[in-house]
Amino acid sequence: MKEKQRLSVSEVGDVTVVRFVDQKILDEAKIQQLGQELFELVETDGCGKILLNFTSVEFLSSAALGKLITLDKKVKSQGGALKLSNIRPEIYEVFAITKLNKLFDIKEDEVDALAAF
Amino acid sequence: MSNDGWTWLTEKQIPSCLGAGSEIVQELLERLELHDWVPHDIFGVHLAVEEALANAIHHGNRLDASKFVRVVFKVSTQRVRIEVHDEGQGFCPANVPDPTDNEHLDVPSGRGVMLMRSYMSLVEYNEAGNCVIMEKERVILPE
Repeated sequence: MKEKQRLSVSEVGDVTVVRFVDQKILDEAKIQQLGQELFELVETDGCGKILLNFTSVEFLSSAALGKLITLDKKVKSQGGALKLSNIRPEIYEVFAITKLNKLFDIKEDEVDALAAF
Repeated sequence: MSNDGWTWLTEKQIPSCLGAGSEIVQELLERLELHDWVPHDIFGVHLAVEEALANAIHHGNRLDASKFVRVVFKVSTQRVRIEVHDEGQGFCPANVPDPTDNEHLDVPSGRGVMLMRSYMSLVEYNEAGNCVIMEKERVILPE
């Protein structure tokens, strides 16, 4: 797997668990890089089951949400599954306002998410 | 909303490049903290101003290095006012589709304006559509 700058990636069984390096996903250049690295997981690394653990994320912009939506499409087009977990309340509110909590499969924590694949 | 009682105000021009404005935004957030604004309100103001700047730099000035974004920030103990002007052609906010409609839910862009409206008490545009004015009344007043 190609080395990632914005992501911390580990494997739990057949699930690729992804954590974010940045607490604030805000800087547009970093968001571009983040998106590229997320897409590589599907397109280059062949990951089919991906869990995004948001435990470190304190802030994210709509541009970052856009990358997550594109990732979700790429995963689904490959027949895979994407889940999100450990989203703090302030961030979850952003998902709820935009109704992206309906688009994404969001679980309380990593254990719940892993069990749901 | 009245416009008096500001304890801090600043006006700056920032270039149309990625990350521009981060220092002045940080200064704004620090001013809110000084007035003991609650973290949820500060989070909302932060998100709204970042979305407004991104819209101005990307969609307004289209990252044109010859164009600038003018920002005006005003803070009082109870209210914050944010003005973001770009040099673009402007847009009609009413023409922005609702990103929460099922047909738009998986479209990667178009959520900034909605988030600004959700977190701020007031969001208005000038007639040309190249200046947004936002205000937020704090939820919890200082004792």
